Amino acid sequence: MAKREMKLAYVMLLPTFAIVLAIVMGPLLANFWISFKPVQLGDLRPASLIANERLRGDAEKAGDAVTIEYRIRNSSRDDVITGAGFTDMIPDGLAPTELDERCALTGQFLSCEIGDIEGGFRDRVRIEATVEPGYLENALNPRDSRPQITGSADNVLTNFEFSLENFRRVFSSSEFWHVFRVSMYYTIFGTAGALVLGLFAAQLLNTTFAGRGILRGLFLFPYVAPVIAVAFTWVVLLDPFSGTLNSILQQIGFIESPVNFFGERSVTINLFGLQFDFPVALSTVIAFEAWRYFPLSFLFILARMQSISTEMYEAAEIDGATPLQQFWYLSLPQLAGILAVLFLLRFIWTFNKFDDIFLLTGGAAGTRTLTVDVYEQAFAVSNLGAGAAVAVVVFIVLLTFSLLFFTFSPKDEA
Amino acid sequence: MTRPGIGFIAAVVSGALWGACWMIVISVIFMLVSGAITRPPVGMALIAGAVSAAVLAAVAPPQRTPGIQMASIAAIIILLGGLTLGAPLGLPLSQVPVYQLAAVAILIALIWLSNKLVIGDLSGGHLPRYQLELMFIRLMKGLGFVVFTVIVALPFYVMVMTSLKSQQSLLANPLDFSIDLSQGAESLFRSYIELFTQFRFGTFLINSAIVSVATVIITLAFSIPGAYAVSRLRFPGQAFLSRSILLIYMVPAIVLVIPLYAVFSQLGLRNTLTGLMIVYPATTIPVALYMLQGYFRGLPAELEEAGLMDGLTRVGVIMKITLPLSLPALASVALYVFMIAWNEFLFAFMFLDNIDIFTLSRGVVSLNSSEVPRQHLMAGAVVATVPVLFIFLWFERFLVSGLTAGSVKG
Repeated sequence: MAKREMKLAYVMLLPTFAIVLAIVMGPLLANFWISFKPVQLGDLRPASLIANERLRGDAEKAGDAVTIEYRIRNSSRDDVITGAGFTDMIPDGLAPTELDERCALTGQFLSCEIGDIEGGFRDRVRIEATVEPGYLENALNPRDSRPQITGSADNVLTNFEFSLENFRRVFSSSEFWHVFRVSMYYTIFGTAGALVLGLFAAQLLNTTFAGRGILRGLFLFPYVAPVIAVAFTWVVLLDPFSGTLNSILQQIGFIESPVNFFGERSVTINLFGLQFDFPVALSTVIAFEAWRYFPLSFLFILARMQSISTEMYEAAEIDGATPLQQFWYLSLPQLAGILAVLFLLRFIWTFNKFDDIFLLTGGAAGTRTLTVDVYEQAFAVSNLGAGAAVAVVVFIVLLTFSLLFFTFSPKDEA
Repeated sequence: MTRPGIGFIAAVVSGALWGACWMIVISVIFMLVSGAITRPPVGMALIAGAVSAAVLAAVAPPQRTPGIQMASIAAIIILLGGLTLGAPLGLPLSQVPVYQLAAVAILIALIWLSNKLVIGDLSGGHLPRYQLELMFIRLMKGLGFVVFTVIVALPFYVMVMTSLKSQQSLLANPLDFSIDLSQGAESLFRSYIELFTQFRFGTFLINSAIVSVATVIITLAFSIPGAYAVSRLRFPGQAFLSRSILLIYMVPAIVLVIPLYAVFSQLGLRNTLTGLMIVYPATTIPVALYMLQGYFRGLPAELEEAGLMDGLTRVGVIMKITLPLSLPALASVALYVFMIAWNEFLFAFMFLDNIDIFTLSRGVVSLNSSEVPRQHLMAGAVVATVPVLFIFLWFERFLVSGLTAGSVKG
């Protein structure tokens, strides 16, 4: 019985295992593999022989001489193809009279061995033939049978040649540590901002009043709406030339000239004689992050707050605790667990986040995080290997954080 | 009259903040709705709010008669009117008078009401710490409601209104979201009509629906048996699995995208909807499994044992007992997965090149160019948002429980 149950359990879990292995675990390992390879986006299509066939000469009556011509070339300019060749069927009714020296004929079956060819190789293979009456009756075209290509090119993705070039390139670039720092700022402040806003919003809605349901629904909008919609809305709203927010701030007299929220790297602020550079674009992106994800922490914190018993507050009230004391000494300790879990999860997910920054700034103006760098390296610069190397860095940093969190977080909370 | 103490000062500060806050909010709404331009006299409203609060706080709570309330309102009217020389919103009243009068009336009512609510039954004299904090918390909560509502609602309002305007009028005055209803529906909704006729948003909408629904079906088909096995059947590794399945969810999509791009390119799956229908479920199955196994665990096992006793097979028990009991959880998971699939951007962006199979996410990104006017971009954003918001509002109860149960997802 127990054995049957076990078997059943494995059968039921099999589909999940299969898809997770294929789409998550497999690619994860493959990413490590790619990161050690000097592979460009263009290498995804391996070099192959291309053969175009045509019939030269007029085949109008029996006895006419025609030429079947194969134009062959290497699809790649650089890569060598070994053992290149092709086979083809010569249509019935064409009798070959003279073959190219690289070709052999058995019946109507033609096979040509070209051998090893260099990148950028081009050549022609000619087969002279005479037309027989059968050909004219059938009206066959040599092109009706496509040549079968043989030969293999060295595929950089599957060979066993490794190099550390990608990592050397990533770590030696002057930008890397800047990107890394930006990632950390974004993650820490984005997470903290979302948590603080969520805590505040949960305090607001932790009482019953008319319209509470509507407000709760409204507060969830930023999280539920598609990222493309809200990101582009922010871009439109904060536009320096026709953005509504800049106009509002100018009308109120808060700013004098429009601020290019997503385009300006930093402004120098003079506060009490202290000068420092305030990173405008990065702060805006962090604000977006906090705005978009506060609903999540809000939901969790509200749910936790509603499960705190009111007796404790009544007792505190009798003891004369003020509202802020009640919040500080009663509510916050009760919420510490959920806040820790939220911080952990949001921290990891903010660190993983790609869409938001990519859509808002594309990584410009000092907002390029590690995840955006993966895309930039792999697809904008077309260096898949370097992108994969950055992705490896992302994964290792993430693993380190997770281990740190799980080691130092209180055990009973999760 | 009470001897003014700390309570009076607190009330005046609160009144000043309310005056400034409501002046900014109301005059911005006024500008957005009417299309008029003004520079709101925030400083004057600040003084008016402070004096209005002072009138209330100067009187002991039991003596705050309707007459005193009227005096508080009158203080706002007189000060706002007098200090701004008869232009309470910074504009002569003759300009768009209907909108202005409505805005001013609402402004005065809100300042007074906010003061009344914050001060409440608190005295303007000396206040113990408890009451002082009470006033502070009322003020913060009130301001919090205003600020949160504005920061959440403003972007969505701008999104909808921009889609109804034209590029020229937006550039001329970015604050003017007044809608000219006389132009007729066809002109008003021109961006939407063009999206569906010229930019093929009908196709995108259908593609998004196909991919999302398929993702939901595949996810449920895979995760229901898995969740049942993890929650009900005993097998080696069960405890480990039920805890570690969520770790899959921590793997960043950007790490998977390069290998999947490479492999799917070679397999010919990259530029297809099938490719998305393989990738999306793989990312949602772990969390769906996690949510469902939690729910299955909470169901009474006796019911299922009774079913087994009566000769049902395991599959029969799942189909006839477990699933009907889990409908609310299934609804939550289905809605949550639908939302993830509908909103997904990265893989749709990386995989799809062919305009015939664009999903909405991919389609809206293609509108983000300098050749396409901005109202089209915003109309595209509205088209992408409306279905998912509609579903969310309709099934809010299910979706909220789904979000809290499974929203480890970013």
